Amino acid sequence: MNNAVANAEQEPLVRLQNVSKVFGSMYAVDNISLDIAEKEFFSLLGASGCGKTTLLRMLAGFETPTEGRIFIDGKDVTELPPYERQINMMFQSYALFPHMTVADNIAYGLKQDRMARTQRAERVREMLALVQIEKLGHRKPHQLSGGQRQRVALARALAKHPKILLLDEPLGALDRKLREQTQFELVNLQERLGITFIVVTHDQEEAMTMSSRIALMREGRIEQVDSPRRMYEFPLSRYAADFIGQVNLFAGVVSSQEGDQVLVDSEEAGGQLCVRHSQPMTLGMPVTVAVRPEKIRLPQSGDELPNKMSGVIREIAYLGDESIYHVELASGKRVKYTQPNVQALAELPMTWGQTIELGWDADRCGLLAL
Amino acid sequence: MTGHGANPVAGTLNSLRARLRRMRPARWLVTGIPWLWLVIFFCLPFLFIIKISLSEPALAQPPYMGWIRETADGLVSIVVNFGNYWLLWEDSLYASALYGSFKVAALSTVLCLLIGYPMAYAIARAPTHLRMPLLMLVILPFWTSFLIRVYAWMGILNTNGILNNALIWLGAIDQPLEIMHTSLAVYIGVTYAYLPFMILPLYATLSRLDPVLLEAAADLGARPVRQFFTITWPQSVPGVIAGAMLVFIPVMGEFVIPDLLGGPDSLMLGKLMWTEFFNNRDWPVASALAAVLLVVLIIPFLLLRHYESRAVVQAEEAA
Repeated sequence: MNNAVANAEQEPLVRLQNVSKVFGSMYAVDNISLDIAEKEFFSLLGASGCGKTTLLRMLAGFETPTEGRIFIDGKDVTELPPYERQINMMFQSYALFPHMTVADNIAYGLKQDRMARTQRAERVREMLALVQIEKLGHRKPHQLSGGQRQRVALARALAKHPKILLLDEPLGALDRKLREQTQFELVNLQERLGITFIVVTHDQEEAMTMSSRIALMREGRIEQVDSPRRMYEFPLSRYAADFIGQVNLFAGVVSSQEGDQVLVDSEEAGGQLCVRHSQPMTLGMPVTVAVRPEKIRLPQSGDELPNKMSGVIREIAYLGDESIYHVELASGKRVKYTQPNVQALAELPMTWGQTIELGWDADRCGLLAL
Repeated sequence: MTGHGANPVAGTLNSLRARLRRMRPARWLVTGIPWLWLVIFFCLPFLFIIKISLSEPALAQPPYMGWIRETADGLVSIVVNFGNYWLLWEDSLYASALYGSFKVAALSTVLCLLIGYPMAYAIARAPTHLRMPLLMLVILPFWTSFLIRVYAWMGILNTNGILNNALIWLGAIDQPLEIMHTSLAVYIGVTYAYLPFMILPLYATLSRLDPVLLEAAADLGARPVRQFFTITWPQSVPGVIAGAMLVFIPVMGEFVIPDLLGGPDSLMLGKLMWTEFFNNRDWPVASALAAVLLVVLIIPFLLLRHYESRAVVQAEEAA
């Protein structure tokens, strides 16, 4: 599929082979093949309804694929019920048992394995310590805060030492501050325990922060599988470019190609755009040029930028760490340009209605099909 | 009133109004109506029953004597008769009727639970659009008179009733089964009549259970049977208790079913009470019996209250 999958050279821990799931006449998951290696922090990213949760539920065993096979550790588990899989899941709603204490919740899986009482108590203590809620063992779930419940759910899912931990929107119910802190805790935990984490999330920032690889899903299919960095810098489609981070997209047609420089005629950009692209292109082919807002800069005098345009500042969003400028070109197209706020200026250096020049290098933008 | 020095009359009025507001008249009105209802329709009649139970029977209208009597020499005496309670204690008939009622109530509660739990569970897990129709089917019998439904069972269970005729026609039996006028008929009738009272509270509890919890249990390695006994059952206990009380308490005093379907061996308190009231015209003994039954039933009722409030607290906590 692409280079990043080459990381999974050895036998993959999880292999999805042409997996589809049909509900009624709707393909929730449409012919997905995917390999996930051991110790990966793998994210299934996508808008709601893209099939990411269905895919996770098939891995857990709550749904049976309509077509295709699922292998874990080389073993076909497609028909295996959830209670026979060496996988545990942290549910989006946490699904803590309300009639049991925190300690009993964590011990539940161990009891199913008929672990001896003393051993079990030891393991529960260990788990409580792992997620730093040692003192809450005797409490009932309704006596806990959202963040504490999340930790109990995590401890319960990890108690059985699963090979794979599935996490369904693990941070969805937490407030922003706690979410950021927990993101790093999850990554640390995953590295320390060496367990494969498969996370479902709709939050691209969360996926970017935590994952070693991301599968971007759209309408039951996989749009792109890559490391967060490659996903951001080299998106393979308009959808991928647009879904992750901010992007400016210019529609155009290929007008010429010299070496690795492709020239694109774009009405939206009000002229010719120059993109570094090594693959041979057909002349006259409709393409999209994508450039991230932070890759754009204000040309200084004597700057030789192959892509230049001027426009009027229509909107400024001051975000504290950076400001986003919406610049309207002559074609009416609005371009987003971000500038870090390095200095604490009382007044903005640029203001509404001002005409400014924007530009970027040929290697700072990408060429996407249509 | 110092704050209203300029206009003392207005100040007094304001403080009166404030005091009235503190008394919360609306609240008293709202809680007062059910209290009034209880006093008029429960407490007062019960006091009458107590009064009658402490008097002596008489061949008169009403068929009991008052406590206050004027003797021939013009003296007024108050006669309180505890003999009726003593009779209940002494005559083993009443104890065995209590035992009979208890046995029927307990056994049919268990039967209702065994039949009702799977039904309530199935309704709670049915597709959303099917739940209401299924519940309606449970409630539907209430639209026909209770008495008529019991008579219908007579038609079914009679020696030459529907059941026997069908079984003979199928060749399963040669002689009709003697079900009618036995305690088996009472169990069948009581279980049938009170099953909805078991199903409804069970459904209310079971439909609130989050199915994700079962998935979580399965994920942690619990097979379906263990999922049921560790997750579903413990959380449905408040519903089980509420349902059991709703069946047990009325069956303890049930009169119609044992009278119509039962035979000489199905001795129950309700039937005995009827006999005392109408056949023997012994109102005092019948009243004493009613008072004792009420006291006996208050114990499970308090239990019900206890578990109901717990169920409410649990529901609130879950929310």
